[in-house]
Amino acid sequence: MPKVQGKRRPRGVRSSIALKILMAVTGLLLVGFLYVHMIGNLKIFFGAETFDHYAHWLRTIGTPLLPQDWYLWIQRAVLTFAVIGHITAAVILARRAGKARPVKYAHRPKVQGSYAARTMRWGGVIVLLFIIYHILDLTTGTLNPNGKPGEVYANVAADFAPSRWYVTLFYTLSIVAVGFHLRHGLWSAARTLGQQRPHGEKIARAVALVLSVVLVVGYLSVPFAVLIGLVD
Amino acid sequence: MDIQVRVWRQAGPSDKGKMVTYDVKDISPDASFLEMLDVLNENLILSGDEPVAFDHDCREGICGACGMMINGVAHGPEKATTTCQLHMRHFNDGDTIDVEPWRAAPFPVIKDLVVNRGAFDRIIQAGGYITAPTGTAPEAHSTPVPKPDADLAFEAATCIGCGACVAACPNGSSMLFTAAKVAHLGLMPQGQPERATRVVDMLEAQDDAGFGGCTNMGECTTVCPKGIPLTLIGRLNADYRKSVRGN
Repeated sequence: MPKVQGKRRPRGVRSSIALKILMAVTGLLLVGFLYVHMIGNLKIFFGAETFDHYAHWLRTIGTPLLPQDWYLWIQRAVLTFAVIGHITAAVILARRAGKARPVKYAHRPKVQGSYAARTMRWGGVIVLLFIIYHILDLTTGTLNPNGKPGEVYANVAADFAPSRWYVTLFYTLSIVAVGFHLRHGLWSAARTLGQQRPHGEKIARAVALVLSVVLVVGYLSVPFAVLIGLVD
Repeated sequence: MDIQVRVWRQAGPSDKGKMVTYDVKDISPDASFLEMLDVLNENLILSGDEPVAFDHDCREGICGACGMMINGVAHGPEKATTTCQLHMRHFNDGDTIDVEPWRAAPFPVIKDLVVNRGAFDRIIQAGGYITAPTGTAPEAHSTPVPKPDADLAFEAATCIGCGACVAACPNGSSMLFTAAKVAHLGLMPQGQPERATRVVDMLEAQDDAGFGGCTNMGECTTVCPKGIPLTLIGRLNADYRKSVRGN
């Protein structure tokens, strides 16, 4: 296709499709991280020593080319930018959508879209609140009952102890919210990036569902393993 | 059959407007929804009231003039059906039916159920055309078009621009409309010269008009009287990305 010339270019990243592409790309990047994070989490089933060693190894990635911890901080910076980009685009698009319908319908049955599709925005807010809590809990250790750096296994075990059932409950709800968010989000990202064949749509929807379910099961296996005493 | 309609009454663009309930008695189940409104209007005129304003033209389901939210669903409960082709037999005796205009900032209410859909015209003006010289129809075999392309282009070209997609979209987005126009012209050889600029210009006109963005809910395609497929929005997205990146 011929290139779009000079003044005909859209107003850069402010066009609605450009914002959607930003959401799709940042979203996929974050899902990629979630999968790597989940695989790391599952190492808890290999015992305290393996798990703590893995957590320590994360700090040494890239050494000796990079000083200790540098890779981790680079990744944190990239993820933070992705989260900010994702949320900024979401807020701009949500505000535009709100402005596009200033007068609401008096009679409006439930939208046909799936539960996952209808809860993308509020689900996203829940996920954001969870990320903040999760960092304070298991990264900085501020809200963790054990909260000692390096004692990752003990921190997780203390976190999901049966007496702290409300933490496990919040964690479960948040992970399920992530699952719903991705079930629509992954498919939606494929469509935004140009998926356009009816057969491909079925595949994209199926892949989104499978990836979401696997992610939810993978993440929830850890707190429930602690709860039933498999990890302590 | 006897029914009750709760209709949006708004005297003019600056009027606040409200839902008003009317009884409509002795309607034939074979009457169309618009004919039921005609009967209501005759009664209103006889009693000295202002009739309910609504858009209509061909009443054959092909012009795109009619359209209203019926019980919160664009064009009412029947799939792939315009309001004029919807018949009262799909309702029950004694029903109360809510009738509202399309709700979207780019579609301001002119009166009652009539909205200004000029925003669609501005999207078309921005790129919904080809500059190939026209005239009499050329020999059909002179420009071969692959059958699947022709079929998809035709499917997209069945869009009548009624605005149901916008009315139904939770984001007030016209993405399905724009996608249909972009696909319909972009699949044809005659549409290639402007293919890259068309998608960018039409999308810019759509954003400027104040339509929301697409979140792939699929509400639009569900209510579309012509069943324009949601996959065309993927095509629009791909065309847009390629146009802006220039490959």
